[in-house]
Amino acid sequence: MSEQLQSQSVQTTGHAWDGDLQEFNNPLPTWWVYTFYITVAFALVYWFLYPSWPIGKSFLGGFSTISYVNKAGETQTSHWNTRALLMEKLNEAEKMQKPYFSKIASMSFQQISHDQELSGFVQSAGRALFTDNCAPCHQQGGQGLVGAYPNLTDDDWLYGGNYESIQETITNGRRGYMPTFSEVLNAQQIDALANYVASLSGIGHDVAKAGEGEQLFHSETAACYYCHGPDGKGKQTIGAPNLTDKIWLWANVPAAENDAAKLAAIRQIIYSGQSKGVMPVWGERLAPEQIKVLTVYVHDVLGGGSK
Amino acid sequence: MQQQLEEQLAPLQKRIPVFTRSVKGAFRRFKSTVLVVAYMIFFGLPWLPWVRTDAPSQAVLFDLPGRRFLIFNLTVYPQDVVWLALLLFISAVLLFFVTGLVGRAFCGYFCFQTLWTDFFIWIEAKIQGERPARIRLFRQPWDKEKSLKLGLTHFIWMCAAFWTGLTFVAYFTYAPQLVIDFFTGLAAAAAYLTVGILTVSTYAAAGLMREQVCTYICPYGRFQSVMYDPETLAVHYDAVRGEGTHGRTGARSGLRTIEERKAQGHGDCIDCSMCVQVCPAGIDIRDGLQYKCISCGLCIDACNSIMESMNFPGGLIRYDSESNLAKLQPQKPYLHWKRLKIIGYGVALLAMTAYLVYSVVTRSDFDRSISQIRQPLYVVLSNGDIRNRYQIRITNTADHDESYSVSTQDIPAFALDLGNFSEVSIKPGHSATVMASVRLPPENAAKIREFHFRITPKSRPDEARSEQVRFDFNLTQ
Repeated sequence: MSEQLQSQSVQTTGHAWDGDLQEFNNPLPTWWVYTFYITVAFALVYWFLYPSWPIGKSFLGGFSTISYVNKAGETQTSHWNTRALLMEKLNEAEKMQKPYFSKIASMSFQQISHDQELSGFVQSAGRALFTDNCAPCHQQGGQGLVGAYPNLTDDDWLYGGNYESIQETITNGRRGYMPTFSEVLNAQQIDALANYVASLSGIGHDVAKAGEGEQLFHSETAACYYCHGPDGKGKQTIGAPNLTDKIWLWANVPAAENDAAKLAAIRQIIYSGQSKGVMPVWGERLAPEQIKVLTVYVHDVLGGGSK
Repeated sequence: MQQQLEEQLAPLQKRIPVFTRSVKGAFRRFKSTVLVVAYMIFFGLPWLPWVRTDAPSQAVLFDLPGRRFLIFNLTVYPQDVVWLALLLFISAVLLFFVTGLVGRAFCGYFCFQTLWTDFFIWIEAKIQGERPARIRLFRQPWDKEKSLKLGLTHFIWMCAAFWTGLTFVAYFTYAPQLVIDFFTGLAAAAAYLTVGILTVSTYAAAGLMREQVCTYICPYGRFQSVMYDPETLAVHYDAVRGEGTHGRTGARSGLRTIEERKAQGHGDCIDCSMCVQVCPAGIDIRDGLQYKCISCGLCIDACNSIMESMNFPGGLIRYDSESNLAKLQPQKPYLHWKRLKIIGYGVALLAMTAYLVYSVVTRSDFDRSISQIRQPLYVVLSNGDIRNRYQIRITNTADHDESYSVSTQDIPAFALDLGNFSEVSIKPGHSATVMASVRLPPENAAKIREFHFRITPKSRPDEARSEQVRFDFNLTQ
């Protein structure tokens, strides 16, 4: 059958290897050839429309242009490029979010948190904003890091946990400061104070030393009551923590295994003070509506906000 | 015959036109019945009305912009894509099951390529006449008669293809409105594009290419050999009976009865070539089972009608199995279903269908998903209480607005805090998320490891559902 086929229509390439080894010269399928021609035509058109060939130090930009509106409100047009495409898509996304953000801007916190549709928006937009801006310090879920960043999911607040306080904290930033008491107190005084503070929050302590500590706490020598209040419950106006609850930010009491370790941690913070607590000023980086969304997110969705 | 075969195998061979003769018989009747029923369903279903409150009143509507499929009483949401997957898998297994039993019965009777080609050939025969008239018309030079008949045929083909395309699009939008909009230029661009593509492709596939789709394009014909067994029923020409010892020959004088033919060593086949004339794939089944045969059974009807007129017994071409034909004394053909493969596929089919039906029937009116917030897994509050938070997502899959309330039973009432939304109202097809927080004193937290949330739709409290969740905290504290 192969001989018959050969004699009928298909030619060989004309060359013979090893005496009698020949090769059929079958034509390419017509549909394949024309599809190939179409791809060639497509490529030619594409070269003219989009960035293509390099020329010297530059390149052919193509006739296609793309525009977007930058932050200053000016329209920028250039040859087609993927960065401008991204900016254009971001423009569109902003436009789609605009109705929600305008509502957020015009409504009060109470209204926003009682509106089902806006609460849904806060959950998703707030999560995105939080992840981009806040999570690097406060972690993905807002749980913070003992010794570095406050836990936003609990119900203890350094500067106040209602909507207005949270908004103020985000917009204007905060600076936490505790003096270095090693410069004014000796080791025995610090030990006494540590025992008193332990007694305030239910940690095992030496009662005699705690009594001494209580006196020192309210004295002019250590003057802890200036910032932490006469009852040790803190002052939200200056961000002094509540010493009577179970929540610790700077002294790593939760991780300490026994009472002795916990006392050591408390002694350490009194000794060295702390000035690392910096919350950046977000008012210069985020729009007011975005800060409002974040406020409601931190208060409602992260769950610790106070009324 | 062999030369014809080689002509067909030559590379870049132009299509050899197939002019089918019409035939009457049981298989032709079955084929036509399937065609009529299938067409009634396909062309009729978009026009069936259905009472709906929140959607167009069409019984079967694939509402793509609304992200839902409305099929009579059932609304299918994207979350139910498992049903579609199951349906496709059931169809595939059904195909394998049927092919194992009766070969390419799908190709011959049910495939839409066969249905439309059959219909187009019927149109052609009605306008241009029977096979001899059509061959004559094909061969004659272009004159008034040929232009008129061919033009009319192709015009009607175009209309049929157009209506097919329009019906397809009618499944995706309200049909009466679509027809009006289409002809007044108001339909969506996608509608015009789809109808255009489907018209051209239907016309080309059913009118111009016909059997070439089955021969060259469709992969099913090529892997049929994998699915056949020696016991599979396929269209076979009984060569032993038909050829005899000296081959087949015409029914000339002296060869008109079976006894006369047997005496001279000839078989029952009188070489009338009716089986070749009626074949829509253009093959000769007497060459044996071949890849182009779509198992439509028309050659069986043709041969049987000739055998009847000759007073010979029918069944010279019949549905039979290879193993039966190979026997010295072939038995009456029957359906060999007692094979492991068939029974296996059958059981799988039953199980999957039963599961699909069960899943559809027991689908509740709302979907829920409760996930524990894992960052952080638990929070120690200022008085030492432990708090876990949960994200409760409720999707309303009913066809009316509904309010849902969230509650728990295994924990004290004061422990659950649902914020401002102890009750959420959700529109059909939408979802809402409720943030729930549960706070327990450390002693209780140690005892309660798991508890249940209960979600109750307000209008149908008996359809409330519970989901179990964990309560976590660090035991070493």
